Amino acid sequence: MPKKDSAWIMRTYSGHSSPKASNDLYRQNLAKGQTGLSVAFDLPTQTGYDSDHVLARGEVGRTGVPIGHLRDMRELFDGIELERMNTSMTINATAAWLLALYIAVAEEQGADVRKLRGTTQNDIIKEYLSRGTYVFPPAPSLRLIADTILYTVRNVPEWNATNICSYHLQEAGATPEQEVAYALCTAIAVLDTVRERGIEQSELDQVFGRLSFFVNSSIRFIEEVCKQRAFVKLWDRLGTERYGVKDAKLRRFRYGVQVNSLGLTEAQPENNIVRIAFETLGVSLSKNARARAIQLPAWNEALGLPRPWDQQLSLRTQQILALETDLLEYPDIFDGSLVIERRTNEIADAAWAEVEAVLARGGAVAAVESGYIKEQLVSANAARIAAIEAGEQIVVGVNKFKETAPSPLLSDKGADAILRLDPHAEREQVEALKRFREGRDASAVKHALAELARAAETGENLMAASIAAAKVGVTTGEWGDTLRRVFGEYRAPTGVAGARTPETQSDKLELLRKKVGELTRELGRRPKLLVGKPGLDGHSNGAEQIALRARDAGFEVVYEGIRATPQQLARAAADEGVHLVGLSVLSGAHLELVRDVLARLKEQGLGDLPVVAGGIIPEVDAAALREAGVRAVYTPKDYEISRILDELIGFVRQAHA
Amino acid sequence: MKAPLDVPELARRVLAHEPAAVARAISVVEDRRAAAEPRIVELLCALGKAPRERCHRVGITGPPGVGKSSLVSALVRSARRAGRSVGVLAVDPSSPRSGGALLGDRARIELDPDDTALFVRSMASGGDLGGLSRAAGAAVDVLSAAFELVVVETTGVGQSETDVEHVTDSVLLVIQPASGDMLQFLKAGIIEVPDVFVINKADLGAVAERAGAELRAALTAVYAGYKPRWMPPILHTSATAGRGIEELLAAADAHRLALEESGELAARRTRSAAAWALRLFLQRYGEFGVEQAGGSSALLQQFSSWVTGGATAVEVVARARPRVAGP
Repeated sequence: MPKKDSAWIMRTYSGHSSPKASNDLYRQNLAKGQTGLSVAFDLPTQTGYDSDHVLARGEVGRTGVPIGHLRDMRELFDGIELERMNTSMTINATAAWLLALYIAVAEEQGADVRKLRGTTQNDIIKEYLSRGTYVFPPAPSLRLIADTILYTVRNVPEWNATNICSYHLQEAGATPEQEVAYALCTAIAVLDTVRERGIEQSELDQVFGRLSFFVNSSIRFIEEVCKQRAFVKLWDRLGTERYGVKDAKLRRFRYGVQVNSLGLTEAQPENNIVRIAFETLGVSLSKNARARAIQLPAWNEALGLPRPWDQQLSLRTQQILALETDLLEYPDIFDGSLVIERRTNEIADAAWAEVEAVLARGGAVAAVESGYIKEQLVSANAARIAAIEAGEQIVVGVNKFKETAPSPLLSDKGADAILRLDPHAEREQVEALKRFREGRDASAVKHALAELARAAETGENLMAASIAAAKVGVTTGEWGDTLRRVFGEYRAPTGVAGARTPETQSDKLELLRKKVGELTRELGRRPKLLVGKPGLDGHSNGAEQIALRARDAGFEVVYEGIRATPQQLARAAADEGVHLVGLSVLSGAHLELVRDVLARLKEQGLGDLPVVAGGIIPEVDAAALREAGVRAVYTPKDYEISRILDELIGFVRQAHA
Repeated sequence: MKAPLDVPELARRVLAHEPAAVARAISVVEDRRAAAEPRIVELLCALGKAPRERCHRVGITGPPGVGKSSLVSALVRSARRAGRSVGVLAVDPSSPRSGGALLGDRARIELDPDDTALFVRSMASGGDLGGLSRAAGAAVDVLSAAFELVVVETTGVGQSETDVEHVTDSVLLVIQPASGDMLQFLKAGIIEVPDVFVINKADLGAVAERAGAELRAALTAVYAGYKPRWMPPILHTSATAGRGIEELLAAADAHRLALEESGELAARRTRSAAAWALRLFLQRYGEFGVEQAGGSSALLQQFSSWVTGGATAVEVVARARPRVAGP
């Protein structure tokens, strides 16, 4: 029997409220046996805004920790030795900046920067397809990725500068084949960009070897085993054929994982504990395709933010699998399995064909800009949802076996089964930021920003200027604004236009179309719906699926894409003459944002316009929103989109006909 | 239930450039019910002819994916910087199967929600024949009464391109280099429609240059043998990099000025409105109806005189009736 395999790095994706609160949490998690850190940042930090920016309102410290400047970063890792830590940071558009702050803090701690280990997610391509925290157009985004790669490979050689993400593609509804294909396309776009900088083959080898992935794992864990093995196979092939990497070790497919959240349910949420454990099998069973790092979601994610106890359960799940079971004692248990081999090859072949299809369209960036990939994902997700609606895909507790005893975990309608954030955290963060700004050397800041702008304009690597800026107290918003001025901003295609509602829904659609037809005759024009995503949250699955089904039911749908301010949405509702507004917020900032939109609508003289809201909205908040005038609140348990649309038709008729 | 509509009051507020009133007025003209027609006619009448005539109506058209929306966005920003009030009508295709539509281009126009001199409305093409709906023409009439510059954005090759000519003064055709778009236009025989050609994504360099040269050659062939009053210029823009936008706005203005100076503007507008009315008439009564009414030339003549008298296309169609065979 060979030596027992060592356990993967165990992390929990966490951070909230403030650097101090997050630091406390990290220390607790490390004491419980976590072997690495995974930093969740709030949306303003992820999109390059300071906590006091208008778009940051309600979002500060919500989905993660706010990091506005050097002092925040220092506090976040207070008492944690960065030279010995392995830190993963889920940061993309502003990855170069957060890495600069991290390096600056490590230097302050006296660490040898060359020894820093960890990962910046830094896959901006997938942000255009899912998740939505992009800022700049694709070309400068790729340049930022290339800058961090080249900087780290030379100066922080054990750092994974980018983690190519297939994870979020699955969360957006991708099939295993699509997940593999589009992640590889992104990797190709990144590697080609780096290669075009004119580096030596030896350095390209190192870059290839350091490129790591962040993948997903669904409940279909046998297929997941095959998917990971397909990844291993294709990555090796890509390294050999396209990039001429000779050293087999550098062609190893290295990846971290967060298992699937898309399939976690709001109904009977305790079932998720079991789902999460099974999902973990898909990325751990096959030794040759085993994850290097795993973080697991919490059972109550579809209800709201997890508490420390919920995260602990996820960590214990990993520890039991790695340390109690005999999993790590065996070589790859699938070697020689014809069944696994066949399915692996199927996925690999289909994925490779799709890679070639995208390359024929000009590569990942062109296929993002044209909307091609996004349309494929929206269609795949529509098919997935339709299969659940039709009962073809079973989700226990949702479309089958709905009977349940009252859950002892969910007393008070689940209000105390989630983490409630300190409502003062945002104000305190904003005040601390203002104090920090006053204490800086203003001329040093000005100079650093001018240098940053110059580097951005000349094409010089941005890391040096960013690290210098970090050290003199430049803020996240200032860094973001400077680059926005040079690079411009971008809005990605929504993918809805080219997608279609699956055939399985055609009976229900016909019924809806009839109702919409009647409503059109009553109104004199087609019912018009504004689908809005206020705030910084970029999780657009729900908004896309509502927009798609509404259009196919005969509505005129104005969908503006992500990141609109409440003022913009209210003005759009007014100018467009819509009959109904649907708002989607998944960041947890629903109370602030939805109420704000309601107030702005009133200012526009549209106080009577029916408004509905969707998101991860706990029942107490839903009640508060209905109290404030929202007609209906939809949460993950409302999986039947046709039924939602039926209700929307009712609201329009009630208000206008 | 809504309060009954006070049409003169609504018209007054549109003329006072109130965005909320403009929005309401467009919803009014979008009403497809037969019973709504008198109200629409009354509203457009109340808006009067004069403000409409001062306005410059620019159509921007071209196939999907050429970056029209970013271009419109850049153009609008530029016009706003120059202090002009702008109304935008963005027309997207309706789904032939469901009749529904996805109208998503608005957010590409960076909109300051407090800017009341900028107004953006999206509209579905309406499904009829793939072109513009009656409502689109009427919406342009409403916007023209409230804003100095009206931009109509349409998508697709075919009916919408020729329709947009009927409801605007200057037509800008946007194409992308090396896309085969030009071939499509030459095939469709509508190369004579655009007043300005725009080759967007000019950052593609040599490809864009070549596209410009090919287009110039095609135009020279089309206009060989006579000197047109206006030779359509070919402009290169890059909406994303913000290049060529000022020049584009200047070219549109120059076209309008040339029309005015040659005395062609009024005639063109009358011709367009009459042609648009004929299209609406045809939509309503069919070819049989047109024939019953004496044929299209006779109708155009009649419509032109009504338009000269101040009638909008909607009013013309409301007034015109196919003669019913009778005693």
